[in-house]
Amino acid sequence: MSAAAQTVATDTAEFIAEPYQPEGDTVIDCDVKKIFYGDFLAVRDSVVPVEKNKITAFIGPSGCGKSTVLRSLNRMNDLIPVFRFEGTVNYHGQDIYAPNVDPVVVRRYIGMVFQQPNPFSMSIYDNVAFGLKLNKFKGNYDEKVQKALERAALWKEVKDKLKNSGLSLSGGQQQRLCIARAIATEPDVLLMDEPCSALDPIATRQVEELMLELRERFTVGLVTHNMQQATRVGDTTAFFSVDISKGGRTGYLVEMGPTKQVFEDPQQDLTKEYVRGEFS
Amino acid sequence: MATKPFQQAGSSSTITRPPSGGERATDSMFRGIAYACAGLIVLLVIAILWQLSKEALPAIAEYGLGFWYGTTWDVNKEIFGVLPEIWGTLYSSLLALLLGGIFGIAIAIFLTQDFIHHKLALVFRTIVELLAAIPSVVYGLWGIYVLIPIIRPIAEWLHETLAWFPLFSTDLSGPGLAPAALVLAIMILPTVAAISVDAFRRIPYKVKEAAYGMGTTKWEAILKVMLPTASSGILAALVLGFGRALGETMALAMLIGNANQISLSLFAPANTLASLLASSFPEAGAVEVQALMYAALVLLLITFIVNVLGLAVQQYTVRKFEGKK
Repeated sequence: MSAAAQTVATDTAEFIAEPYQPEGDTVIDCDVKKIFYGDFLAVRDSVVPVEKNKITAFIGPSGCGKSTVLRSLNRMNDLIPVFRFEGTVNYHGQDIYAPNVDPVVVRRYIGMVFQQPNPFSMSIYDNVAFGLKLNKFKGNYDEKVQKALERAALWKEVKDKLKNSGLSLSGGQQQRLCIARAIATEPDVLLMDEPCSALDPIATRQVEELMLELRERFTVGLVTHNMQQATRVGDTTAFFSVDISKGGRTGYLVEMGPTKQVFEDPQQDLTKEYVRGEFS
Repeated sequence: MATKPFQQAGSSSTITRPPSGGERATDSMFRGIAYACAGLIVLLVIAILWQLSKEALPAIAEYGLGFWYGTTWDVNKEIFGVLPEIWGTLYSSLLALLLGGIFGIAIAIFLTQDFIHHKLALVFRTIVELLAAIPSVVYGLWGIYVLIPIIRPIAEWLHETLAWFPLFSTDLSGPGLAPAALVLAIMILPTVAAISVDAFRRIPYKVKEAAYGMGTTKWEAILKVMLPTASSGILAALVLGFGRALGETMALAMLIGNANQISLSLFAPANTLASLLASSFPEAGAVEVQALMYAALVLLLITFIVNVLGLAVQQYTVRKFEGKK
């Protein structure tokens, strides 16, 4: 191994990004110390504030832990038995990893849309009404279902077949159905884990337009592989990279800031290389 | 020749080539064997039906539809009717399905929804499936020597305190519907449990994520998402279990009491078609054999109808929940 490579190796292994100080209010203040899967250190030392009514985009190469961090924000990773989180995730000042916090409650306020469309095997209507029923909503279900489907830009296509199975829709429609399901209960924050990766360009464009509208009402956290998507919809961008110098694959935050700044005037060399498309 | 352009392309540098004559022959041979095996099964079913109908023909001509709703089985007077047996078959099987179904599905949920470590789940599953390997006659003996003595005091108590209730209107004198249905439930349990486990296992991980992502508790995720998603597979499990209960012979012949009567009471002795066949054949004369063949045909038809109905319901749920044509 050359001397230069070794210098870089020690650099990435010890590098800790300058914490981003947002101007506006934050909804989630995430301070990851360490995230483990069993003995495997997946993510280290990353401070990611999520601002209110903004879209915070998480970008970075494969395996950099951006999804892991996003999924830690509503305790989805708790489904994995070997998952271990060190650090704090303050949601309106309350640490959601505090021992007295029930992950079920966290997930009701911080909704999630996944990479693969995953509607339930029930009717379109029941899919959207699922969260309403779960939260024992007393009121006009039809109205709420219609509103959620309209917001998700799906209403026109499905209004005559609400009784059909959600699984009978096309991939793009299924993903918008999942978004409608997630926003029907009007959660405070919506986390989207590569929501467009299974979609064609037209459906992707529709979902992106939808995100920009949702921002008015919700706070959005978005993981994306697609840098153009981050520049199109992201207000703030967090760039993660992966450190392979110590034989592991540990993700960490390299740089976070307003999207324009991260893409046009990055402070770190790694970010520069990545946003110019020099490695992926 | 259609392959000519391919041959020309092949002459240059590629290493691809068309399948040889031998490979094509293997392909068609394999197809032929598969068709033959499938055809043989159909032929076998037709042959059994044909043989059964032929042997039963004199009885069908003699007793006609009256055989279905007749309530007497008298060899000396040559009066034959199987309504009590049809009743006993369906009643005992439905009770078994109710018990075995509830327990089978509960076991499947317990084994698949992260209640225990998956290695321990495998051990449990093997034990449940071992139940299927116990011979029917052992179940019968166990029923006589263990189960009946255990449930007799409970049956007596129920009969004494709730005699007005039709299900407890008679006393348990020994063999009867309750022990038979209980043993039957245990016998169909492995079938229901194993197939339900597979149905739950087939649910993609992303469905589980979706459920928990909506903020369901574990119970809500299982009841409101996992169970409906697995419903078509669970229905298939119930249909198979019910089919098995309808045809079960030996344990029932030992436990049900072989009494030619129709009673709602759980403790009354009854009879089933399969048990009637098993217990009457050895000493039957020519005329009774014909009647028994007719009874076998009735059992076959009932099983057939139940399976077709079950399949229809299952297809319906697949269409309704999964949106498949």
